[in-house]
Amino acid sequence: MTKLTSRRGLLFGAAAVSAGAVLTGCTSNDPDDGGDKAADTQPAADDKPGKQVTIGYAGPQADHGWLNAVNDQAQNRAKKYSDVSLEVTEGSNDTAQQIGQIETLINKKVDVLVILPADGKALTQIGLKAMRAGIPVVNLDRIFNSPQAYRCWVGGDNYGMGLNAAHYIGEKLKDKPDAKVIELAGIDNLELTQQRTQGFDDGLKNYPNIKKVARQAAEFTVESGQSKMAQLLQAQSSFDALWNHDDDQGVGALRAIEQAGRDDFLMVGGAGALSAFQAIKADSGVLKATVLYPPTMAASAIDLARALGQGKGVSGLAEFEIPSTVTCYSAVVDKENVDQYMSTGFK
Amino acid sequence: MTQHVSPPRDGTSKAAPVDTRPAWKNLTAGADVRTLSLLGVLAVLVLIGGITQPDSFLDTRNLQLVLTQASVIGVVTVGMTFVIMSGGIDLSVGAIVALSSVWATTVATQDFGFAGILFTAVVVGVGCGLVNGVLIAYGTMVPFIATLAMLASARGLALQITDGRTQVVTVPGVLDLAERDSYVLGIPPLVLVFAAVTVIGWLVLNRTTFGRRTVAVGGNPEAARLAGIDVRRQRLYIYLLSGLCCGIAAFLLIALAGSGQNTNGNLYELDAIAAAIIGGTLLSGGRGTIIGSVLGVLIFTTITNIFALNNLQTDVQQIAKGAIIVAAVLVQRRTASTH
Repeated sequence: MTKLTSRRGLLFGAAAVSAGAVLTGCTSNDPDDGGDKAADTQPAADDKPGKQVTIGYAGPQADHGWLNAVNDQAQNRAKKYSDVSLEVTEGSNDTAQQIGQIETLINKKVDVLVILPADGKALTQIGLKAMRAGIPVVNLDRIFNSPQAYRCWVGGDNYGMGLNAAHYIGEKLKDKPDAKVIELAGIDNLELTQQRTQGFDDGLKNYPNIKKVARQAAEFTVESGQSKMAQLLQAQSSFDALWNHDDDQGVGALRAIEQAGRDDFLMVGGAGALSAFQAIKADSGVLKATVLYPPTMAASAIDLARALGQGKGVSGLAEFEIPSTVTCYSAVVDKENVDQYMSTGFK
Repeated sequence: MTQHVSPPRDGTSKAAPVDTRPAWKNLTAGADVRTLSLLGVLAVLVLIGGITQPDSFLDTRNLQLVLTQASVIGVVTVGMTFVIMSGGIDLSVGAIVALSSVWATTVATQDFGFAGILFTAVVVGVGCGLVNGVLIAYGTMVPFIATLAMLASARGLALQITDGRTQVVTVPGVLDLAERDSYVLGIPPLVLVFAAVTVIGWLVLNRTTFGRRTVAVGGNPEAARLAGIDVRRQRLYIYLLSGLCCGIAAFLLIALAGSGQNTNGNLYELDAIAAAIIGGTLLSGGRGTIIGSVLGVLIFTTITNIFALNNLQTDVQQIAKGAIIVAAVLVQRRTASTH
C-alpha cells in the first residue's frame, strides 16, 4: 500500500503545517485586502483553459482497491481539463520496470511528471534524473529519499489517521468510566502501520478514562482481518470501541463480528472504502465512522502538476508558486458527512 | 527431486541405498511414536494456553474458533502431504486458493448461487492441479519450477479478474455455512468438511493402492517403475489431488471471509509445507502421515490463537513461532530416535 518515511515526514511536517496555516489564513481573508496581488503577476490556476500541458503519470500496479481509486482519480481529473493531456504508463510493482517507464516519459519530454512509486526509496534516482532533465516531478504519497527528486510532494497522513480515529472514539466515550478500546492494525512491517498506531496512542492520551487493552496486526486482507478479529473478539469478552486501520481488512473484521454475534461496541475504520461508507450510511451495524486516507490526493496531484506546467500558483493561496509539500487531511467520515464523500469511496 | 532420490536422510536410520521393501511398511511403527510426540507438543501448548488465559482459551467457543481457523489451511495441507510424500513440492497452493476464490465470487458466478460457487471453486482448483501435473509428469519439469510458474500465473490471473477489488459474496447459503446457526451439534460445518477431507485422505493413503503407489513413487521412483507402477500417471493424479484440495479450501475460505480477494491464501504454501514437515513428512518423499500433518496444522493454529489471546505483538509472535518450530522438530526427532 502506501508508504512514507517518518524522518522525511518530520522534516516536511513543519512545511506542511505552514502550508496549512496559509490555507486557513487565506480562506478567512477578505478578497480585497491585497490577497489578489498574486493574480496580477503570476495567476493562480483555475478551471479556465490555459497553456497546453502534457502530464506523464506513472503509478504502481493497482493490486489494491485504494490504488485503483488513485489511478481513476488522476485520470478523471485530467479529463476534466481541456488543456491537459495525460500520458499514463501501465502500472508496475517492479522497480526496474517502473524506472524504464518513467525514462520513456522523460524521453518523450512531457511537461510535468506525477509519480506514485512502487517503492519510494528505490525510485529516488529516476526522480532526480527527471528533475535534472528539467521536468518537474510531483511525488505522490510514497515519498522519495531526497527532496531534490521532486518539486512537490502530495500525500496522506498516517499519523493523522490514528490521531483522528482516537479523537473520534475519545469524544464518543469521554463520559464512560474505564472505557476499553482495541486496535486492529495493518501489516506491522510497514512504517505506515507504526505511524498510524503512534497517532492512535497519542490521541488516546487525551482521554485518561480510556485504555487500549489489545492490539493485533492483520495484513490488509479480508482473510487476515476475519482471522485476527475473530481472535480479538474471543480474547476480549467486552470492550467499548475498535479502530481498524484498513477498510479492506475491515470487510473480514465485520464478518468475524457478525459470526460472533457481537454488537456491544462502536467500530471506526480506515482509508475510506465504498462498502464502509455504505455501512456507515445504513447505520445498521457496529461501523460508525472511518478515517480517510483520501485517494483524491491523486486528483490534487494532477491539479498541482497542471499549475506547475502553466507556471501558476494555487488559487486560494497567496503564493506565486505551488507548495513544496501538501499533506492531505485524514478526515473522519461518519453518518453526518458520509454523503459528501460517497463518490470518493473505493471498491 | 524427480529422477534421483537419495535414501531418507533423517536421524532415525542409515538405510541401505536401495530399500526394496515398501517404505510404508517398516515405518508405520515409527510414525506412531511421532504422532504421540506431536500430541505431546499440542498438550503442552494447551497447558500454556490454559494457564495464561484460563477464561478465554479453555472455552467451547475458542475450540470452535481454532478448529475453524485450521480448516482452510488444513485441507490444503492434506493435499500437500500427498505431494511431498511423492517426492514433489507444490508452491502454487496459495495462488490456486486465491484464483479459485476470486473466480468463484465474480458477479457472473454468484448468479448461479451456492452450486455455482462450489462448482467453480473446485473446477478451477482441479484445473490448476491438472496443469501442474501435466507439466511435471509429462513435461518432465522440476516440481519446484512448474509450481512456481503456476504460483506466478495464478496470482496474476486472480489480480486480472478482480482488478485488486474485494468481491463480496451475497449468496446467503454460502455465508450461512460459517454462521453459528448452522453448527451441527456445536461443530461448525467448515470443521466437518476438514474432518471429512482428513478421514478420506487417511483412507486413501493407508488403505488404497493409490496410497501405496504414492509412497512407492516418493521412496524410490525407479523401483516403483520396475514394480510396474505408472510413475508419470501417479504424479499427475497427485497434483490433481492437491489442486482439488485447494479448490475445496477456497470454497471454505469464501464462506468464512464472505468474499474473494486476489490476496487470499497468502503464503499458504509455506504454512502447508511447514505443517507437513512438523508432522513428520520427509521433504525428500517416501514418508509421512495425514494425522501428523493435521496435528502440525493444529499446532500452528493453536500457537497463533494463544499469541492473539495473550495480545502478543507481531515481532514477539514471529520470534516465538520460529523457536517453537525448532523445538517441536527436536522433540519429535528425539522421541523417534529413542524408539
